[in-house]
Amino acid sequence: MEPYKLGAWEISQKIRNRELTARECIVSFLSRIDSLEPKVKAYVSVLREAVLKKAEKIDKKVKRGERVGMLAGVAVAVKDNICTKGVKTTCASKILENFVPPYDATVVERIEAEDGIVIGKTNMDEFAMGSSTETSYFGPTRNPWDLSRVPGGSSGGSAAAVSAQEAPLALGSDTGGSIRCPASFCGVVGLKPTYGLVSRYGLIAYANSLEQIGPLARGTYDCALLLSVIGGYDERDSTSVNRAPRDYTRSLGKDLRGLKVGVLRELIGLGTDEAVVKAVLECASKLEEMGALCQEISLPVLSYALPAYYLIAMSEASSNLARYDGVRYGYRTEVDLDWNQVFSKSRREGFGAEVKRRIILGTYALSAGYYDRFFLKSLKVATLIKRSFEKAFQQVDVLLAPTMPLLPFRLGEKIDNPLALYMCDVDTVPVNLAGLPAVSFPCGFHQGLPIGAQVIAPPFREDLALQVSFAYEQAAAFKGRTPTL
Amino acid sequence: MALSKRHISKEEVEHVAWLARLELSEEEKELYTQQFNDILDYFQKLNELDTEGVPPTLHVLELVNVFRKDEVKPSLPPEEALANAPRKRGRFFEAPRIL
Repeated sequence: MEPYKLGAWEISQKIRNRELTARECIVSFLSRIDSLEPKVKAYVSVLREAVLKKAEKIDKKVKRGERVGMLAGVAVAVKDNICTKGVKTTCASKILENFVPPYDATVVERIEAEDGIVIGKTNMDEFAMGSSTETSYFGPTRNPWDLSRVPGGSSGGSAAAVSAQEAPLALGSDTGGSIRCPASFCGVVGLKPTYGLVSRYGLIAYANSLEQIGPLARGTYDCALLLSVIGGYDERDSTSVNRAPRDYTRSLGKDLRGLKVGVLRELIGLGTDEAVVKAVLECASKLEEMGALCQEISLPVLSYALPAYYLIAMSEASSNLARYDGVRYGYRTEVDLDWNQVFSKSRREGFGAEVKRRIILGTYALSAGYYDRFFLKSLKVATLIKRSFEKAFQQVDVLLAPTMPLLPFRLGEKIDNPLALYMCDVDTVPVNLAGLPAVSFPCGFHQGLPIGAQVIAPPFREDLALQVSFAYEQAAAFKGRTPTL
Repeated sequence: MALSKRHISKEEVEHVAWLARLELSEEEKELYTQQFNDILDYFQKLNELDTEGVPPTLHVLELVNVFRKDEVKPSLPPEEALANAPRKRGRFFEAPRIL
């Protein structure tokens, strides 16, 4: 079998057992990338020479009988808002088009410490602001299941790369659904960790109180494997939580007998595509067949999550993106004028439409006279949402909901209507406001397009969410299905 | 509140964009004014919810005062710190004139 078809764990096992070399694997992925990228456009950059050298180093280690890491020879696609030393990290923005970080993000260091190989940087919505990967300065990524449709966003390149077998693993970031949305649209597994579990050191900030880096893979086991590698305390991120490292592959395979699953009524309510509702309810019955106890749970306050999320995210964005001044790094206008003019022209020329929209609205929400009405109000709503989840978790172990209220839509279908695009995030944002972990996994197909369900767990109970996803995946009728490309 | 209520005028959009040091074209000003009014209409939904006496979530984790030892550690050498500067002069960033 071609190595690119293998999962991450299989690859590292085969390399360790000398059934395959790291070089063969990397070459297989590079040729897969060469043949598919003209169609899919998942990557912003591919690190051709560097990856071969790294693969050869790993092969030497194996040959000499030295210890090799858990991700030995495994190609990992990394979202282009995660810093890679000496490798351009653009946030898919003109303003960072030529930015070369002088350091690696903690997650990248951890992947390399386990002998994983960063094979390329993936496309995304500019500064992670979007749900379709259409706002990228470099142009959109396509959905591998239907090239006329969006892959979701903002980590659309990462999800598409994994779905199209252009990498077995990828990293994304999730501020309001940016891992789970593309995982759902591309038919892969994606996990948003509990806030504070994975270091944000080296993640270029958009709304830092909400976002986490997380793994994407074609199966739950590989997703758990990558989470085990990247999770854990990092003193360089002051919001990192000091907890013992954990192997998330261990809870997989436990049966679901007696597990209490709450099906979120609000998120399967009005406005959700019928095919999605049907698939998620069928998923719930399947979990019941496996011994889980499902019940409907109603959290009415969740219908206020979307405006609260957008106001908080935009406010933080307006502050975080103030660093792009055209002086220390990033794009600077050619015009030689005074400070204010150079500053505002560089930003006019360097940022795309959606980024500008969010900076201005965020500035507005934080400005005198509006702060209480918008920003403070949203933070209070976040408290109510967090409390309602806490209450729900007194009744059930995990919650089940659709990841997205709709099927992958066509390129260009929503991009001219920002509010319509924001509405797509209605099912994913409550999780970020409450800082909870959630995993999105494929729960069905409709007319050849994947549908995702998400399992939401209490803080630091990624193991429970992954356990459900793994159990469902083993029983799913469509197990192992891949897009035809 | 009526749905047709205009929340923000073109002049206000211009002013807020200036606060954010973001120059806009005439076309952008028109478009954003329209879009912001639609978006702010939707955001009004928050007013339906009574949040009297509810504390704001400033941070989802209850972390307070994360300290570390105040030790001198190696920092980025000047040439690396300057490597991404669009303009530099010697060991300095070249900034636009301020006065």
